[in-house]
Amino acid sequence: MTSYLIKRARILGGEPTDLLLEDGVVSRVGQDLAAEGAEVVDADGLVALPGLVDLHTHLREPGREDAETVETGTRAAALGGFTAVHAMANTEPVADTAGVVEQVWRLGREAGHCDVFPVGAVTVGLQGERLAELGAMADSAARVRVFSDDGKCVSDAVLMRRALEYVKAFDGVVAQHAQEPRLTEDAQMNEGELSGRLGLRGWPAVAEEAIIARDCLLAAHVGSRLHICHVSTAGSVEIVRWAKSKGWDVTAEACPHHLILTDDLAATYDPIYKVNPPLRSAADVEALRAGLADGTIDIVATDHAPHPLEDKDCEWQAAAFGMLGLETALSIVQETMVEPGLLDWAGVAERLSYAPARIGRLEGHGRPLAEGEPANVVLYDPAVRREVDPAGLASLSRNTPYAGRELPGQVVATFLRGRPTVLDGKLA
Amino acid sequence: MNRHLLSTGDLSRDDAELILATAEELRSLADRPIKKLPALRGRTVVNLFFEDSTRTRISFEAAAKRLSADVINFSAKGSSLSKGESLKDTALTLEAMGADAVVVRHWASGAPHLLAHSAWVRSSVVNAGDGTHEHPTQALLDAFTLWRHLGSLDGRRVAIVGDILHSRVARSNALLLRTLGAEVTLVAPPTLLPVGVEGWDADTSYDLDSVLPKTDAVMMLRVQRERMNDAFFPTQREYSRRYGLDARRMGMLPEHTLVMHPGPMIRGMEITADVADSDRSVIVEQVTNGVAVRMAVLYLLLSGNESDTGRTPTTGTLQAGAPTTDLDGAAE
Amino acid sequence: MPAETKAPPAEDGRTVLDARDISRALTRIAHEILERNKGPEGLVLLGIPTGGVPLARRVAARIASVEGVDIPVGSLDVTMYRDDLRMRPARTLLPTDIPPGGIDGRTVVLVDDVLYSGRTIRAALDAMNDIGRPRTVRLAVLVDRGHRELPIRADFVGKNLPTSVAEKVTVRLEEIEGEDSVTISGGAATGEGESA
Repeated sequence: MTSYLIKRARILGGEPTDLLLEDGVVSRVGQDLAAEGAEVVDADGLVALPGLVDLHTHLREPGREDAETVETGTRAAALGGFTAVHAMANTEPVADTAGVVEQVWRLGREAGHCDVFPVGAVTVGLQGERLAELGAMADSAARVRVFSDDGKCVSDAVLMRRALEYVKAFDGVVAQHAQEPRLTEDAQMNEGELSGRLGLRGWPAVAEEAIIARDCLLAAHVGSRLHICHVSTAGSVEIVRWAKSKGWDVTAEACPHHLILTDDLAATYDPIYKVNPPLRSAADVEALRAGLADGTIDIVATDHAPHPLEDKDCEWQAAAFGMLGLETALSIVQETMVEPGLLDWAGVAERLSYAPARIGRLEGHGRPLAEGEPANVVLYDPAVRREVDPAGLASLSRNTPYAGRELPGQVVATFLRGRPTVLDGKLA
Repeated sequence: MNRHLLSTGDLSRDDAELILATAEELRSLADRPIKKLPALRGRTVVNLFFEDSTRTRISFEAAAKRLSADVINFSAKGSSLSKGESLKDTALTLEAMGADAVVVRHWASGAPHLLAHSAWVRSSVVNAGDGTHEHPTQALLDAFTLWRHLGSLDGRRVAIVGDILHSRVARSNALLLRTLGAEVTLVAPPTLLPVGVEGWDADTSYDLDSVLPKTDAVMMLRVQRERMNDAFFPTQREYSRRYGLDARRMGMLPEHTLVMHPGPMIRGMEITADVADSDRSVIVEQVTNGVAVRMAVLYLLLSGNESDTGRTPTTGTLQAGAPTTDLDGAAE
Repeated sequence: MPAETKAPPAEDGRTVLDARDISRALTRIAHEILERNKGPEGLVLLGIPTGGVPLARRVAARIASVEGVDIPVGSLDVTMYRDDLRMRPARTLLPTDIPPGGIDGRTVVLVDDVLYSGRTIRAALDAMNDIGRPRTVRLAVLVDRGHRELPIRADFVGKNLPTSVAEKVTVRLEEIEGEDSVTISGGAATGEGESA
C-alpha cells in the first residue's frame, strides 16, 4: 500500500507539521520528515483535520436511487471531507431490519469513498407504532448503534420511553426528530409574522421544543442517553443547555443550513429553501451559533437530503423537504463559526469528528491526528473562495440552497485509513 | 405598476388609484348597448384554475371578453395531496400557446409568484387567489366599491371580520386599504388571527360589538364549518353569536356604513339573510364592480407591454399617459 | 416620444392664435354648424378629451346665445379605440359622458382641438359606433395642422395652420391651463416620433 507524506500541514490550524500515513495509520508526526517511496503531498497553507463524521445523512438507497445512491452520496461525502457517514433509515424499504441495514452497510463498503454506518429505524416502517428489531440491527454486521425515525418524530411518549430504555442493552442511542405532529400538520415554514403574510402554514418553535423537553425528561427518568437531531430554535438550545446542566446524557446537533439561512427566504416561494425543520429567524441562528460555540450543541450534522428536480421545481406546498449538505458543510462552518471567532479548528474537529464519532460509538473515526491513530485525514484550504455550482456537485441531486453563492474554503484531500479518497480537490 | 399583479402589497397608491379610476370609466360600459371595447383585440388571456371558483373565473372571463381578448379557460385540478397537473408543465403549454396574460387561481400560496418569477412563461401573471395568501383583484373591487360609496378612503375605518387566518381576501384588503389611507381593524376570535398579526399595519379586536359603532364599512368573511372540527371555535352557534352580523348588530352601525361580503356567503353563519339583503348591503354591487376592476387590471397590465420587436415585455413602465399629449398637436 | 406631463409655457413658441382669435373662431364655428344643420334641432356636441370638451361647451354656449336653446354636450374618450395601444404605456382613461338623449338619429358634431394625423378621429368614429347610430357625424376642430394619415377631413375649422412635421402645436385653454392660446414651437429638430 502506498504511503503518503503530508508536508507542512497545519494540524488543527497549528504550526506547519509533516504527517506520514502508512498502513492505514498515522505512523509519524513531526518536522521535516522524510520517507523513502512515500508519495509527497504538499500541504503548505492547508489545515489538517481528522476525517469528518456525519451523524445525519440521507443516502436514499434503497428505494430512491433517482435522488441519490450510496455510491454518489459517499462521493459527495468524501469531497466534503467526510470519512464516515450515518445513513438515515427512511429508505424504501425502511431500514428497520438487520437485512436492510446490512445491505446499506455492504453498499458502503463496495463504494469505498467513506465508511457508511446505517442508522436503524426505531419503529417498524417509521410508523411510530411498534419497536423495530433494534437488537437484531445492533448485532448485525452493520453494528447499528444509532436509531432514529428521522423524518418522523417518535411522538408516542411510551414508545419513546421504551426505545430509550431498550437501546441501553447495546449502548445505543435514540436520535429524535423532534416534531410534535399535531402542531405541525401540513406545516410549511417557521411560524411567525412572515408565515402569516405569505399564507404558508406555520411551524411553531414549540412543536420542536415541547418534544425536546419531554424527551430530555424521559431520558433522565430512565437513565438513557438521548440525541436530538437538527436543533433549530433558540428555545431548543435553552432546553438542551438546561438538560446538560442537570448532568443528563443528552447530545444535540445543528445543521449547517440552520447556521446560515433564515426564514425570510421563504418569501421567494422557492422550495429550494423548504426543509424540515424549517429555516428559522435570525435570532434562532444566533442562538444556534452560540450553542454550538459553547458546546450546548455537540455536533454539526448535515441532514444531507437529496431530491430529484421534479420534487423541488414545483409549488412550495407540493415540494419535498430537504437540502444537500455534504459538499458544503465545512465551508458553512468556516463562514459561520470559524471566521467570526466562535470556533477554532480544534473546535471544528470536536464538533464535526470527535463528538459525532463518540455519539455513534464508532471505533476508528474521530481520533486525533497523532502517531498510531487511524489515518483518517482531511486537508482543507481555508484561504480559497469558491462559488457553488450545482452542476459541479458529486451528489446525484442538485437541491443545494447555495447555488451561485460564494463560500470560503475547499477540501483539497481526504484520506480514509491512509488511502486517498480525494486528492487535489477531486475524487481519487 | 408591475408587469404582474401578485399582491396588493406591490401596488403604490398611484397604481391603486389608477386602477380604481380606470375601473370607474369602464364601469359605465355595462350601461351601453355594446358592452365591448377593442383594447385587447388579438391578445390571449388564459384563465388557469387549479382550484374551482366559478364566480371568479366568470368575472375574469367577462372582463377579458369585454376588452375583446381571446379567452382560454384551463382548469387543471389537483390538490396538495394529489399533485395532479404539474404547474411547470401547464405553464410551458400555455407559453407555447402564446398567452399574453395568465390569470391563475391555485390552492398553493405563492404559486402565481412562482409562475411569474420562473422562466416557464413570459406572460403577465394575475393572481386570482392563491391558497391562504392573497386575492388582489377581490381587494381592488372591494376598495372600488368602498370608494364609489364613500369617496376618498383616507381616514375611513373598515372592519374585516371572520377567518382572517385562512383568508386571502383579508390579506389583500388589509394591505390595499392601508395603501389607500383607510384604517383597518381585523376582528376575529384569537384562534383565527395569524401569529404575528400585530406586525400587520392594522388594528385587531376580539370584540365585534365594540368595533361596529365606529366603522364606515364592515366586511364579513366566509367561515367554513370545517374550521369547527379543527377547534378554531366550539360551535357554529357560538361563532354566530360572537362574530356573526345580524339585525341587532346592524343597528349598532352608523347610518352610512356599508356591509360587504366577498362571497360565497354562508347565510346564518357569518351573516344573517336579512342583513345580506338589506339596503346597507353592497354585496351584489361587488360582483358588478368585479368585472370593471378586472377589466382595468387587464387593460393596464396588457396594453403597451408589447414592443415593436415582438413579445418582449418591458417592466415597470405602466403609467398614466399624460392628458396633455392630446393638447400638443403631436398626439392629436 | 415620451408623454409630457405639462403643456409647455406659452412664451415657449410663436403664438398663432390669441384669446380673441380663438373666441372669434369658435363663434364662427357655432354659426357654421347652425347654418349647415339649418338650426339647432337634433344637434349633439361631443368633445374629445381633454381639449375638445371645453371647446364643445363653448360652442354650445354660443349656440345657446344665438338660438336660445341648450343643445346636449358630452364627451367621448377614444383611448380604448386607439390603434397604438400595444406600443405605448397604458393611458389613463378619460371620461366618456353621453348626454341622456343618446346619439341615435342625432347629428353629432365631434369637437377636438387639433386635427393632425386623423387617427384620433378614426378612433372616435369607432367608439361612437359602439354607443349608437347617429344620423350624421360632423367634425369641428380649432386648428387643422395638416399631415393627414387617413382619409379624414374637418367640416368646421377654426384655423388652417400649415406646419412642418417637426413643429409642435400647443393649444392652451382657459378651463385647463388658465389662458387661451395656440402656439407653434420647435421645427429645428426633425423626425421626432409624432406617430399618434
